Amino acid sequence: MSEKGSAPPLTPALSPDGRGGLAERAAPVSDGGGGVAGSSALVLEGIGKRFGAVVALDDVSMRVERATVHAVCGENGAGKSTLMRVVAGLVVPDRGAFEVLGARYARLDPRGARAAGVGMVHQHFMLVDTLSVAENVVLGAEPTKGPLLDRAAAEAEVARLASTHGLEVDARAKIADLSVGERQRVEILKALRGGARLLILDEPTAVLTPHETRALLALVKKLAKDGTTVVVVTHKLDEVMEVASRASILRRGRHEGDVAIAETSAEDLARRMVGREVHLGRGPDRVAPIAKEAKAALALDRVSCARIGAPGRVGLDDVSLEVREGEVLGVAGVEGNGQHELWAVTAGLVRPSTGRVRLGGDDVTELSTAERFARGLGSVPADRHREGLVLGLPLWENVALGGLGAVSRHGALRVRAMRERADRLLRAFDVRPPDASLPASALSGGNQQKVVVARELERAPSGAEVPRALVVAQPTRGVDVGAIEEIWRRLGSARDRGTGVLLVSSELTELLALSDRIAVLVRGRIVAVLDRAEADREKLGELMLGARAAGAREGAA
Amino acid sequence: MSARWTGLVEKALPPALALAIALLVGNLLIIVNGEQPLRVWSLLVAGTWGSGYGMGQVLFKAAPLALAGYSVGLAFRAGLFNVGGEGQIQSSALACAVVGAALPAWLPWPLAVLVCTLAAVCCGACVGAVPGWLRARFGAHEVITTIMLNFVVLAVIGYLVAEHLALPETLHTREIAPGATLGRLADTVGALRGSAASWGLLVVPFAGFAYWWFLERTTWGLEHRTVGLSPGVAEANGVNVARVRVLAMTLAGGFAALSAVPTVLGYKHFYEQGFGAGVGFMGIAVALLGQGNPWGIAAAALLFGTLSQGGLAINALVPKDLIDVLQAAVILVVVAASREVQAVLRRGVAAARASTKEQA
Repeated sequence: MSEKGSAPPLTPALSPDGRGGLAERAAPVSDGGGGVAGSSALVLEGIGKRFGAVVALDDVSMRVERATVHAVCGENGAGKSTLMRVVAGLVVPDRGAFEVLGARYARLDPRGARAAGVGMVHQHFMLVDTLSVAENVVLGAEPTKGPLLDRAAAEAEVARLASTHGLEVDARAKIADLSVGERQRVEILKALRGGARLLILDEPTAVLTPHETRALLALVKKLAKDGTTVVVVTHKLDEVMEVASRASILRRGRHEGDVAIAETSAEDLARRMVGREVHLGRGPDRVAPIAKEAKAALALDRVSCARIGAPGRVGLDDVSLEVREGEVLGVAGVEGNGQHELWAVTAGLVRPSTGRVRLGGDDVTELSTAERFARGLGSVPADRHREGLVLGLPLWENVALGGLGAVSRHGALRVRAMRERADRLLRAFDVRPPDASLPASALSGGNQQKVVVARELERAPSGAEVPRALVVAQPTRGVDVGAIEEIWRRLGSARDRGTGVLLVSSELTELLALSDRIAVLVRGRIVAVLDRAEADREKLGELMLGARAAGAREGAA
Repeated sequence: MSARWTGLVEKALPPALALAIALLVGNLLIIVNGEQPLRVWSLLVAGTWGSGYGMGQVLFKAAPLALAGYSVGLAFRAGLFNVGGEGQIQSSALACAVVGAALPAWLPWPLAVLVCTLAAVCCGACVGAVPGWLRARFGAHEVITTIMLNFVVLAVIGYLVAEHLALPETLHTREIAPGATLGRLADTVGALRGSAASWGLLVVPFAGFAYWWFLERTTWGLEHRTVGLSPGVAEANGVNVARVRVLAMTLAGGFAALSAVPTVLGYKHFYEQGFGAGVGFMGIAVALLGQGNPWGIAAAALLFGTLSQGGLAINALVPKDLIDVLQAAVILVVVAASREVQAVLRRGVAAARASTKEQA
């Protein structure tokens, strides 16, 4: 249906005002041009949208001033992405109307939205990996020489466009060879070339490193200064505070009002988003200091392994780490420097080529994941959709995964025991809605993550209350503030009861909030281990940036 | 509540759509043939569900289809495509008949039937296990290996039957021991007179229950479904994905083998080359239309059984090829409309691509 519209054999003929040929596709209700409309890039009036029984958007009205950066904030599932998809023509609203750059619409299709001057960069990029940057940018409206693509013209145009907007990217590079941050810049270029004067970025920093994030935020500010209106959909409040001039807050599909960033604080934004008091960036307080006689809960001893999916390259290089009982050891680093391998080797998905893995003193190097679980290891994977939960299965089956022995007899499932256990876990972790028969796909990202953490914290060896050790990768990625608080609190309480936690994260805030020590992983090597007291953002950032420079060299070679 | 309803609607939509479109296509073809659709359809219903004989024939034809459907469905729920039904069914039919013929005449009825059934299941499971193992060990895609294995198995059977097992001047094996035969239903239920349906039909409800129980009520079944929906999640949660895949294909072969039992023990009483050919492939259609659900598969088998029997009834008015077109239309629409099928197919293509890349 709408897919058809989004694969346009575009006729690039836009009339000078940028919305030519619009009338027959998505007729504006009336031509705006009223006094107020002139200063607004986007006006939403009473937008409503239901998906089945779920109200995604409930009578949302808001206004975005021209040439500003406007943040749309809210927890996961608050409706912010849906709202912006309405503007980009990907979702048809049930009611309401909106005004884009002065023209009024009841609905748009993707082509209409593009013609109206809307460009949206999605969380998941829509680029063709095998084509070059220039080819991707001009795709759909290619400069031609006769029947052929005029490659030189395309590359020149893209290079020109990139330099006017201060976007650093090689027009001839293949998308497949680019980093995530570079791909994002290509998406932005694509939108700008399509004539976007209202640029929507959906969770733009979710996949970026701290360094790339800084570059993106600077770019966003520059674009706004040069006259493009930028709407940033996000739940990362420090970024909102840094880049936006105003923010609209959505909660459960309702507009909870706008705030001027100059007159607010991150705490205030968080409170409005969640609807209650939230302490940002503060980890759970310790009940007691780590015991002097605490033994090693989890240890890696000179572990090396190949990169997953690239057997010839280094994944982990002679890594030694020790997590003591009741300690949180953070691992900082730019994604792709061995984080995934570290998790996989510890969880038992990958055997190290050399070195040993120990769990509470036992050598578990040769044991499978299931055997490690049975000995009290819990493992939170970085990607909850691909490794954490089966979206199509109900929660009561999902929380039993990896521990079926406890809920079965001679291989037959004890369904009632499974359901009771699931009900107990969902209540204990405040998962909403607490209905174990729902499929995992029915939950928001934050609640899904709570379910994963709840399941992994259950992996206690017999006789114990908490797991012996946890290996936790990116536990709060894409999770809203309320859920972050809950997950941190749970990890903290397991730590207080003696679990050793290996925390792999790319969020410095998280590492600083939870860790007792922080190791920095660069190109598969531990380059430094800092005590919490001596670690700060600058120091960690510097060590991680070393990783970036090294990574770039490797890419160029 | 409502979420459950939408889920149900979502599941039922592809088959419903498929039937509606098939009906439309059928009407069109009938009109092109210069007949009235209503007349043809009523003849089809009269020739199947309209009489005891017709009903018996529908059941007779539906039973092997349902069992082959369970075979494909089971593999499907583990994310695998079992296209090897043909080889699995034919080889198990041969095993069933050979063992049945070798049994002493004095062996009592239930025991002899059980032995023959076990022989069939063992044979089918072994044939099924091979592609499962190849997938788990070498990453060879089961779509390719099952298809290729069909040719191998059928060739071996052809050789064995022609050179060693066939009675002189025939292409079939010796008759099975009397204790191993399953009686005709018509002998008990007079209304089914003349139809070929036998007590072998009862294998279907047993298989259907086993299918449901395994998938929904055993630890292996939960792991099986987890691998089918998300191999990554399964692996991260300590499931031995390779073992699940081997087991899935083995069980699929076993279910396919059951498909041979009603035919051999209840109808032919010997193995004849080529008899029941195509059932393994039809099982794919049945499993797709039934969406891998035990009731759905039974219903889909009844539908295809009805069409197959009905084709004979309407032959007087329109060419019976019409039925083939209808079945094809049903399959096409189900495949196009069902997200699960697309997901498995996509994964298959991706896997095939990855393996060719590795070789390159």
